Amino acid sequence: MNTLLVGLGGVAGAMARHSVGDRLDSTRDTLAVNLLGSLALGVLVATDPSASTLALLGTGFCGAFTTFSSFAFEVVRIAQDGAPRRAAGLATLHLAGAITAVAVGGGVVTLL
Amino acid sequence: MTSLGRLETLLFVAAGGFAGAIARHVADTLAGSLAGTLAANVAGAALLGVVLSEPHADRLSTETRLLVGTGFCSSLSTYSTFALETTRLAGVTVAGLTLSGVAVALAYVALTYTLGFGAILAAQALTRGVIR
Repeated sequence: MNTLLVGLGGVAGAMARHSVGDRLDSTRDTLAVNLLGSLALGVLVATDPSASTLALLGTGFCGAFTTFSSFAFEVVRIAQDGAPRRAAGLATLHLAGAITAVAVGGGVVTLL
Repeated sequence: MTSLGRLETLLFVAAGGFAGAIARHVADTLAGSLAGTLAANVAGAALLGVVLSEPHADRLSTETRLLVGTGFCSSLSTYSTFALETTRLAGVTVAGLTLSGVAVALAYVALTYTLGFGAILAAQALTRGVIR
């Protein structure tokens, strides 16, 4: 049952990511989905969700909405294009931003 | 996005997203969440590296790129779960940080980044070697 919920969340997450990607340029849209999805996951886990809610919205939606593969490809491509410092900056920005987003999402729920 | 309509485009992304999220869930179930997420991220990066690598990329149809790249690889891999696991390893939500927790979190990040970027490079090398 949870596997099906993960799949359905994945459908919605992938389609939502694709619609964000239609509007922004590649590097910025990947950063946007990763930060937004991490914020949403931080909020979700702080609400102590049931296993099925976590499967649908956490593993499924947030997991599929955010992406590591596109991020990694962009970092490698920028480094290969002769801007290794920009690539390292992008890699650091995703990490620091996503960790902060998870913490802020959880913190907001705790405060409410 | 030449001949595909908006609905067809979304259907390919959705089908890939369905399969990718389930594959990641299966990896988490089999290997535990840390190792499962790591495996899903490295596998997603490797496969996307193959899909997007020149000169291979030009030979793939738009449908294949949407289904496998935008849909499957991007849903198989995840950044939000990776970030959540990293904060949990570091104990960021707890007031008193333990140094060992931070070290483990940094090691997890280093491992994911190294293997993920390495997977892209390996996929590029492999793809170019096979096609040319």
